[in-house]
Amino acid sequence: MRRTDLEPVLEAKEVSKRFPGVLALDGVSLALRPGEVHALVGENGAGKSTLIKVFTGVYQPDGGELRHQGEPAAFGTPMDAQRAGISTIYQEVNLVPMMSVARNLLLGREPRRFGVIDAAAMNGEAERVLAGYGVDTDVRRPLRTLGVGGQQMVALARAVSIDARVVIMDEPTSSLEPREVETLFGVIRRLRDQGIAVMYVSHRLDELYQVCDQVTVLRDGRVAHTGALADVERLRLISLMLGRDLNEVRSHGMTRFSRDRAAADPAGAPDGGESRRSPAVEARGLTRRHVLDGVDVSVRPGEVVGLGGLLGAGRTETAKAIVGALPLDGGQVLVAGAPVRAGSTTAAIRAGVSLLPEDRKAEGIIPTLSVRENIALAALPSLGRAGVVSDAKIDRVVEIFMRRLRIKAASPHQLVSELSGGNQQKVLLARWLAVRPKVLLLDEPTRGIDVGAKAEVQALIDELAGEGLGVLLISSDLEELVEGADRILVLRDGAVAGELSGDDVTEERIMATIAEQSDG
Amino acid sequence: MNRGQVSRVLQQHGAVMVLAVVVIVGSLAFDSFATPGNAVSVVVSSSFLAIIAIGMTFVIISGGIDLSVGSLFVLGGVLGAYGSQYGLVVALLLPLAVCGLVGLLQGLVIARTGMAPFIVTLAGLLGVRGLMLAISDEGATTYLVKDPAFAELGRGQVLELSYPVYITIALSLAAMVLLQRTGFGQNVYAIGGNEQAAALMGVPVARTKVYVYLMSGLLAGLAGALNAARLSSGVTILGIGLELDVIAAVVIGGTLLTGGAGGITGTVAGVLLLGVIQSLINQVGNLTSAFQQVVSGLFLALVVVAQRLLSKAQRLT
Repeated sequence: MRRTDLEPVLEAKEVSKRFPGVLALDGVSLALRPGEVHALVGENGAGKSTLIKVFTGVYQPDGGELRHQGEPAAFGTPMDAQRAGISTIYQEVNLVPMMSVARNLLLGREPRRFGVIDAAAMNGEAERVLAGYGVDTDVRRPLRTLGVGGQQMVALARAVSIDARVVIMDEPTSSLEPREVETLFGVIRRLRDQGIAVMYVSHRLDELYQVCDQVTVLRDGRVAHTGALADVERLRLISLMLGRDLNEVRSHGMTRFSRDRAAADPAGAPDGGESRRSPAVEARGLTRRHVLDGVDVSVRPGEVVGLGGLLGAGRTETAKAIVGALPLDGGQVLVAGAPVRAGSTTAAIRAGVSLLPEDRKAEGIIPTLSVRENIALAALPSLGRAGVVSDAKIDRVVEIFMRRLRIKAASPHQLVSELSGGNQQKVLLARWLAVRPKVLLLDEPTRGIDVGAKAEVQALIDELAGEGLGVLLISSDLEELVEGADRILVLRDGAVAGELSGDDVTEERIMATIAEQSDG
Repeated sequence: MNRGQVSRVLQQHGAVMVLAVVVIVGSLAFDSFATPGNAVSVVVSSSFLAIIAIGMTFVIISGGIDLSVGSLFVLGGVLGAYGSQYGLVVALLLPLAVCGLVGLLQGLVIARTGMAPFIVTLAGLLGVRGLMLAISDEGATTYLVKDPAFAELGRGQVLELSYPVYITIALSLAAMVLLQRTGFGQNVYAIGGNEQAAALMGVPVARTKVYVYLMSGLLAGLAGALNAARLSSGVTILGIGLELDVIAAVVIGGTLLTGGAGGITGTVAGVLLLGVIQSLINQVGNLTSAFQQVVSGLFLALVVVAQRLLSKAQRLT
């Protein structure tokens, strides 16, 4: 129920925000009214975090305006926004871990007696306040000894108690237990009844439908839809987020759903010969609390397996888990039938599994090194004898890959940071190909590179698979996934929601699989 | 008590416990150790270090470091002795003003530019040492304390203990209240614990940092002036490298070098522990005092390792 008669407490009007090379927000309008829980959804790069940062004073909009209680407002710093009653609960709790729970809750507002802090009164008040949030603990304990859920409740209690009119929650449930999620929802409903506006950012559709009234979908920096959540069914919400045509999904996706199921017979797949080949890499029951829930993946030589799903479904985490870059609570990775030591990227690389990470800048290229050095980096141990690296061998390898991948650089000695995004990506690809992997995990290999380079990288993936390399392809671009992959695993909330192969590998089927209600 | 609670108590009060154990063992081992005279000498000689260490405790809890205090201590002594020719007030105010100004400037640079405290106060250490040498003609001129009232402040006694001991006790008590029971103290902990979060929680980060370094400078200058009063002259060679002893005492006292946790009680215990160790080594006739530094060094290493283990134990609960 939206009370449109109420004046928005916080409103963005035609807000734009530009960063070098990208228009992160392009005329975005969004109104938060008192007493509503407003879901903000969108895929990677849709502009969600930019919008949150504009609301909370971290960024200033380049165009459009921000209105607070009907008045134009400008928040120069996060403190300005907080003073205006806008509080944010981040994914990572922003409190002081070593201070006590009570001191965190009441920092800056401690009860005084004779001019100094009255510790007994402070602890008493903290206990009283936190009881209302389901936190029952010794408030003198350091905050860090609480679980993440408890810490988040303290942050929430603090936000609300400093007279917040707007509470923005950025993926608040990503590390909570189901019981804690229930408590959180209870608190959110209470806030709503008190007339506080809540903006709720999450990728978990089930949660959105449980607790939110309104929804705004962002895509590529624009508002794709805004309105009551109850009027938007799941499949439509997903198609809005992914930017695919709903009619197309309806006419093909849902109807083909049943037809395919009847026709599909995995054993009779056309590449039956290939499926009998033993997997190059096989992950069994990958599990990490709150992140992955028993994910099984296998990739056979020469096969391209796609990983589909929404942001936060566990795609990147699955890839990281396979190469040992994500500590696991359970599960096992086998390469050519032999288990790989868990949690060791070195062991994974040695066994022949390499990951091309999603974030090229942070986890991939080393900008201060040359193209040559970047390519040779991972392969160095194999390019020398007794720890002494052979220059001639490096030159040969670098030359082969620069020619083969058509890397456009003035010379091998050019700094990699001077290259275009596409060429940087090829340098990274070369780095991992130089260690001669059996399986290559590609996390968003074509994001942020121009169309020409994209096509080249895609062709290269095909070519490599043709030569017998196993490829695990992660992509938010459904078209790329469907055209590139032989078989697709769809992830939802950290678990495999479905496997599509043969004629089922279509955009519609992927979206339909994501939209299925998750069990329980 | 569970393991987490035990480790928390150890972290907070470990230095006091170790001090007690060392004093008891020392008393049993050496007849001449547990004498009133020896106790007085340990307490008196520790008081100057303790005054500086109080300021350093605030600095380290806030996540910073102040390397300039050794130089400021010496400068404070020289300025106090020099100023004593104009009377008690100048003898006290001159070092406080100059050392406070240096602390204020360092605090402003650290808080406003975001430069590393290590570098800023290292520059302070060198600059202040140069300043001290300049006004003492490369150390050739030693100013003698002229004012009898100022000399009395350093040497006068009540109940066998000289005034600086009482000043130290008063400052320690005031610092405890400041740290535990005022908004400023909470801000110091919050900044050291998580600066970004503190800023988001409305803590005036820059202002708090400026105050912390100002306080450290003032206390170092005061300690220097009192020491000059006690010795009746502004000695230019004592106090070189003192900042490291101070940092060691604070860390031994349980204050985390990474900031966010610690306290004055621990710091006082840490200072006394260093004094007691020195005294014990003097009891062992054939050991030179150089061994005091060896033992102090080993102690520091042990404390740091223990801190690490204790904080791990806490996280597990």
